[in-house]
Amino acid sequence: MELKGRVHKFGDDINTDEIIPARYLNTSDPMELAKHAMEDADPEFRQRMQPGDFIVAGKNFGCGSSREHAPIAIKAAGVAAVIADSFARIFYRNAFNMGLPILESPEAAADLKDGDEISVNLDTGAITVMATGRTFHSQPIPPFMQELLADGGLMAHLKKKLETHRT
Amino acid sequence: MSKAQTITQKILAAHCGKDYVEPGELILARVDIALGNDITAPLAIKEFRESGAKQVFDKERVVLVADHFAPNKDIPSAIQCQLLREFAREQDLTHFYEGGDMGVEHALLPEKGIVGPGDLIIGADSHTCTYGALGAFATGVGSTDLAAAMISGECWFKVPESIRFVYNGQCPPWVTGKDLILHTIGDIGVDGARYMAMEFTGEAIGRLDMADRFSMANMAVEAGAKNGIMAPDEKTLAYVKNRALRPYQVYTSDPDAAYAFEKVYDVSRLEPQVALPPSPENVMPLSHVGEVRIDQAVIGSCTNGRLEDLRLAARVLKGRKAAKGVRLIVIPATPLIYTQALEEGLIKIFMDAGAVVSPPTCGPCLGGHMGILAPGEVAVATTNRNFVGRMGHPQSFVYLANPAVAAASAVAGRIAGPEQLA
Repeated sequence: MELKGRVHKFGDDINTDEIIPARYLNTSDPMELAKHAMEDADPEFRQRMQPGDFIVAGKNFGCGSSREHAPIAIKAAGVAAVIADSFARIFYRNAFNMGLPILESPEAAADLKDGDEISVNLDTGAITVMATGRTFHSQPIPPFMQELLADGGLMAHLKKKLETHRT
Repeated sequence: MSKAQTITQKILAAHCGKDYVEPGELILARVDIALGNDITAPLAIKEFRESGAKQVFDKERVVLVADHFAPNKDIPSAIQCQLLREFAREQDLTHFYEGGDMGVEHALLPEKGIVGPGDLIIGADSHTCTYGALGAFATGVGSTDLAAAMISGECWFKVPESIRFVYNGQCPPWVTGKDLILHTIGDIGVDGARYMAMEFTGEAIGRLDMADRFSMANMAVEAGAKNGIMAPDEKTLAYVKNRALRPYQVYTSDPDAAYAFEKVYDVSRLEPQVALPPSPENVMPLSHVGEVRIDQAVIGSCTNGRLEDLRLAARVLKGRKAAKGVRLIVIPATPLIYTQALEEGLIKIFMDAGAVVSPPTCGPCLGGHMGILAPGEVAVATTNRNFVGRMGHPQSFVYLANPAVAAASAVAGRIAGPEQLA
C-alpha cells in the first residue's frame, strides 16, 4: 500500500501528554480526541496538517503514559503514519493494536524536513522523498506484528482465533 | 540443566509453560491480574463488548479502580466511572474500587494483596511497573491489550533484555528511593532502558523499606523500561505475609544470568535529587537547582503517596507552616493510608501547616483535578512526570522531588531541602 503526503517534523521524546493532554481524557471519542492531537507539542498542528500527512519524529516517540488515546487521536486526525527514529514500547504496541502504521527509520527521521512530500510503501517499508527520489528503508515489521496488522488489529486477530477454535 | 536466566525471564517462562525463555523471543503468556482505571478501562470495555465476548476470563483477576478523575471531576468523567461500575456489576468483579474503597491503583493493589511475588500483571496504566518491587513482572499496556487479556487471560510479550543496576553504600539522611530512581533516570535518560527490564539490586536496595522500593519500580517506565524489578527478600515477604490473597512464588536471578549492561552507583554521597521541567531526565542534585520560587507543592501519587512518604513529609512540616502564597496539597494514596495518617497525627500536622488534604486520587499528577496549575505557575511534586502541561496549563512547570524536599519547599516558598529550613 502506497501512502503520499507531507512531513510534519517533531523532535525527540515526544510524550503522550503532548500527543493528547490528560485534560481531554474525560472522553474516548476518537473525533473529540482528534481535535487536540499533538496540541501540547505544536498547538498549530491541527490547522497546518492535511489528512494523509505524516508525523516524522526523533527517538522515543510516544513515551510516557499507556493511554491508547494517543494513537487514536493521531489516527482520527487523519495522519497516515508516524515515522520515527524509535518508539516507546507501550505506544508501539498500542499503534499496532489500533491499526496506526508506524515505521522505524533513524535515517528518514534525521533527514526528512518539515514540508517534504514523501511516499511510503507499507509493504516494503520504503520511504521516498518525491522531489529527489531519495529512498530510506525502515525496519521490517516483525512477523508476529504483521499477522496482527493483516487481521486488522489485535481485537480482530483475537476474534479470528476464537472462531478458528470453534470450528 | 537449563540455561541461566534473570528473574524477569523466569517469571515470563513460568507463565508460558516453559523452563527457559530467551530475550527477544515472542511469547503468549498467562496473566495473573489485568488492571484498568477510569481513563483506560472505558475503551477496553467498549472493545470487550464489540468482540462479542460475554464473560471476563476470571472475575477474581480483572481489577478496575476509578482513581484518576475521581471523585468524579465533571460529567464526562462521571460517565466513564459509571461505565466501569456497570461493567463490574454485570461481570460480578471481586475487585472494583470506587468512592471510599478507592485508592490510587498502584498503592491499593499491593496493600490489598491483589498482587504478589512471581505474578505476571498487566495494567492499562504505564505505572503498573510499580509491582516489580514485590518481585513480580508487571508492565503497562494499552486498552486493547487489556480488553484482549480480560477475554482470554493472556497477553503477548517480547521477552526483554535486562539491565542490572547495583546500588552500594548507605543513603544519607533525606535521601530516598525516589532519589535513587531520579538519579538513575538522569544518568541513562528517558529512553535509556527502552524495551528492557530494569533490575534493581545491591545493599542499598536491601536497606530500603517497601514504600521506597515501590517508588523506584514505579518510575522504571520513565526510563522507557518494560518493567522494573527487585528480587524478594525478608522485607518483601513480611509485607506480603498477611496480605497475599493468592499463593505466590519467589524468583531470583541466576548468578550467571546475562545482562545488556550493568550500572553501579555509590549512594553514600548522593544528595536529594530534583528533576527539572519538562523531562524526568533533567535531574540534578538539590544543591545545584538554584533559586526556584514555587506556587504549589504536591505530596502524593502512586510514586510517593504511601504512609512512609507522609511520615517523612510530616517530620519536615511538624511545627512549621507553608509559606504565604504556596498551596500545599497532601494526598494519602489509599483510605487505609489516610486512616493510619490520621491515627498517627500526621493529618493534624499537615492541617496545622496549612495543607489541603485531599481524598485519594491521581488528581493533579496528570493534570486531572485537585490542584491544576495556571500559566506561569510552578509546582514541586512527589509525582512521576514533569512533561509540558502535565499538571495543568502548557506554560506551567513541575519539578519532581522526594516528599521531604516537597515539604521543605512548601515551607521555604522555593525549592529547598529540610536542612535549609531554619
